[in-house]
Amino acid sequence: MSAKSQRRWHIGRVTNIRQETDTAVRLKVEVPTWPGNDPGAHVDVRLTAPDGYQATRSYSIASSGDTTQVVLVVEELPGGEVSPFLTHHLAEGDELEVHGPLGRYFVWTASDPDRSPVQLIAGGSGIVPLFSMASAREREADHADFRLLYSVRTSRDAFFCEELAAMSQTNVNIVHTRESPSGSTRPPGRLTRDEINRSTFPASVRPRIYVCGPTPFVETIAQSLVQLGHEPVQIRTERFGGTS
Amino acid sequence: MGVINSGFGGQRGSGHPRLPPGQTIADDWPVLTAGPTPDVTEDEWTFTIITESGAEHRWDWNALHALGVEDIVTDIHCVTHWSKLDMPWRGVPVERLFENVDTTYDYVMVESTGGYTTNLALDDLFDGQAWIATEAEGEPLSAENGGPARLLVPHLYFWKSAKWVSGMRLMPDDEPGFWEQNGYHLRGDPWQEERYW
Repeated sequence: MSAKSQRRWHIGRVTNIRQETDTAVRLKVEVPTWPGNDPGAHVDVRLTAPDGYQATRSYSIASSGDTTQVVLVVEELPGGEVSPFLTHHLAEGDELEVHGPLGRYFVWTASDPDRSPVQLIAGGSGIVPLFSMASAREREADHADFRLLYSVRTSRDAFFCEELAAMSQTNVNIVHTRESPSGSTRPPGRLTRDEINRSTFPASVRPRIYVCGPTPFVETIAQSLVQLGHEPVQIRTERFGGTS
Repeated sequence: MGVINSGFGGQRGSGHPRLPPGQTIADDWPVLTAGPTPDVTEDEWTFTIITESGAEHRWDWNALHALGVEDIVTDIHCVTHWSKLDMPWRGVPVERLFENVDTTYDYVMVESTGGYTTNLALDDLFDGQAWIATEAEGEPLSAENGGPARLLVPHLYFWKSAKWVSGMRLMPDDEPGFWEQNGYHLRGDPWQEERYW
């Protein structure tokens, strides 16, 4: 899907913008020359000011497969130069320069003959590439067992609420760190090692594990997984700093 | 290609003549890591160079430092578009480890605890271009940032500065390492924007 000749700068047009949460927007971008992308891949987005000033940022892609539609979810990082533009100023019909698809490591593809269980663990906006993988799994009739453990501050901060609730091929478990939803028996708080142990595939079934989130989240989760007996080579991580 | 994003550019990063194209200055330290952070102590750390004859040259923590540690102030450029300028480091120049290494090969595969690899030309490692770094910003390197020792090759994108570095294997030809097999450029010169291939 990602032949060398096709991995280049493309011009897309924003076809749809909607609020994903109070601080994040979901962008649908139609990219006529897009070669399609694997679940988990990312894209570079380049903005150009009228005076020629440019800034480029990487975003994980929420969509996958042979499609020319690229879906991004962008969270506003206050004080940043790119994300506030994308969340507040970008309008439907605007053009956007994108480069990709990028990344062949933090991906899951249905064509992979390995049918080991897949454990997804997301912190905050780290859900985006993992949602892409779970959505791809959803399109397969029969494939690996999937579980998703998703840590968010409050239910208002969760991305893809409707889609995750409707998933039939992935066991979805959402935990809240700051405020639990009404009716929840779990007090708000960060994931503990015991909780990870109870709500993820055990090391004995050798799951392939994908962890994505802010650096401290990924560090903590990955260490816990190693302590729980998972081989480091089975754990793939993707992290982002607090930079905007 | 001519796309202008009107309304963009009001808030912009501080430019700098030492900032390569597509980079933005970051205050904190960009981290690009494929898996869990390995736990390696200074006591158990070793560094091994293996040549085409099978000869192994090995240093432990003290032997490395006995080669002579230098102060370095340099800019680092992560392929994720973040750069950090004027970063103070301490480390041992790579050419000092090669003083008694006999090889006709021109490339190395750098190896790290945890299985990470990256390929480099010796031309990018000698003459004050690369170090085995053990301190940054006045502190011993944390495990998260590659401690106890990482490679420092600041003139290339920072994934070449392999964390938890454990050795180098000489190669006759350039071969892709871990990130290079996964889509990153074989050499990674930030001034040429050699990010991906």
